Amino acid sequence: MWTLTGVAVLAIGFALRLNPLLAIAAAVAASGLAAHLSPYAIVCAFGRAFNQNRFISIVFLVLPVIGLLERAGLQERARTLIGHVRVASAGRLLLLYMLLRQLTASVGLTSLGGHAQMVRPLIAPMAEAAAEKRMGALDDAVRAGIRAHAAAADNVGVFFGEDIFIAMGSILLIKGFLDQSGIVVQPIALSLWSIPTAIAAIVIHGARLLLFDARLARAQSASREAAHDHA
Amino acid sequence: MITLEPVYVFAGLVFAGFALFGLKDATNPRRYGNAAFWGLLAASFLAGSRLGDFANGLLALGLVLLGGFGLLGRGRAPASVLAERRTSAAKFGNRLLVPALIIPATALFGTLVLKNLRVGHTFLLDPNQVSIISLAIGVAVALGAAMFWLRPRWSAPLEEGRRLMDAIGWAAVLPQMLASLGAIFALAGVGRAVGALATEAIPLNAPLAAVSVYCIGMAVFTVIMGNAFAAFPVMTAAIGLPLLVHKFGGNPATVAAIGMLSGYCGTLVTPMAANFNIVPAALLELPDRNGVIKVQMPTACLLLAANTMLMYLLAFR
Repeated sequence: MWTLTGVAVLAIGFALRLNPLLAIAAAVAASGLAAHLSPYAIVCAFGRAFNQNRFISIVFLVLPVIGLLERAGLQERARTLIGHVRVASAGRLLLLYMLLRQLTASVGLTSLGGHAQMVRPLIAPMAEAAAEKRMGALDDAVRAGIRAHAAAADNVGVFFGEDIFIAMGSILLIKGFLDQSGIVVQPIALSLWSIPTAIAAIVIHGARLLLFDARLARAQSASREAAHDHA
Repeated sequence: MITLEPVYVFAGLVFAGFALFGLKDATNPRRYGNAAFWGLLAASFLAGSRLGDFANGLLALGLVLLGGFGLLGRGRAPASVLAERRTSAAKFGNRLLVPALIIPATALFGTLVLKNLRVGHTFLLDPNQVSIISLAIGVAVALGAAMFWLRPRWSAPLEEGRRLMDAIGWAAVLPQMLASLGAIFALAGVGRAVGALATEAIPLNAPLAAVSVYCIGMAVFTVIMGNAFAAFPVMTAAIGLPLLVHKFGGNPATVAAIGMLSGYCGTLVTPMAANFNIVPAALLELPDRNGVIKVQMPTACLLLAANTMLMYLLAFR
């Protein structure tokens, strides 16, 4: 059971709200020592893994483009655009984005979207503008809630759409694992059995997004009243 | 064949630019910390393939120490004035959207066209890395288009990129660090240990109980590891195949597909999946680091319940 020391260290680190980088380093040390690795071998193993995982941080390459466009008024332009759409509301807009994200992911286009490329520069400002149009100036908590929901719409859309595509990494991983265990399944069967959950995700998160507009209005009026009482 | 290496060099140069411009930011009291942090990351991207494991390990440790002990700060960089941005937005209009949309459009082009392009007998792009290489190409094209239309100072992209990068701060390396931790966990055999624990602790004599343990186990194990891919082989070898498929006769495709998606419910609620949950919170400047997770929690719980029911109803027909 010593193997699990690293997991425990990490959980304790997160629970104590330690800086996550330090918690990770402690968990690496604990796991490595529990596996009877020397400190030198632990540093080597971590260095090798860190180097092999560099592709994960490539996404920050988009920041110079996004920053440049933001300075030239990209977010403001996105706001203006959504201001022209009469039926737009934050919840409906995010629902539409989630459906598009899920649909494109289901045909393998998982890179159409993402937090740095789409959510921060376009989707979140549009959702905020749609809410502002209905409720006037937003207070900070409401604004943060809308932004968090914009990120969530992206995640839910891509997570529960991508497995419908037969060449997706997770489908290939499942197939590879089942093959090794002597069970042959066709990738298309795995894709098809991903559809019920995809529909459930649309129903559950979609319903939450449609209720989100009403919740926003309540939160906004509640905080207005609180501000009023305060004054 | 174009591999990830030139993309890493491109990223390394951009991070080096962030480090240099960070050094010049006199409004940031900890500017040396920022410059050292982005400089180390730049070194990793520029030279990581030649440094060797131990040097890479020390480099990662340096990032942990700089970020972990709060040696990074933020300058009072004058974020462009709202009025100026409004004027500029009115001036450029929808043309502003074009460079932003070039990036996903190039991703689309890469997946549909470049992926299958061959020069002689080899692929033009490494087929396993098409999406990342396309992202880098898209960034280069979008940057060229934006510079051409907007005619800003030549240093503007790096200055503005650095402003956003500093807003994210050390959280930027969290996804890469957590993925590396996952590799250490795998080395130490954490997966096998958890699988053993899950099967020993719980009596599984009825299909519904076994389905519940499998689905919830996938989610919980994903929360721990931050990645459903790490949880899937362990939980499926421990419960999915021996009990659900072999003992109760469930359809393996149904069990495996819905099992994986149960793991994704865990991804929605774990800070370990930092690139989906923590980095966006920083990127969107949320006051709460767990703001995105809190919003996703109800969906994750309801969807996990739905997955459990779906597997029970669909796998044993």
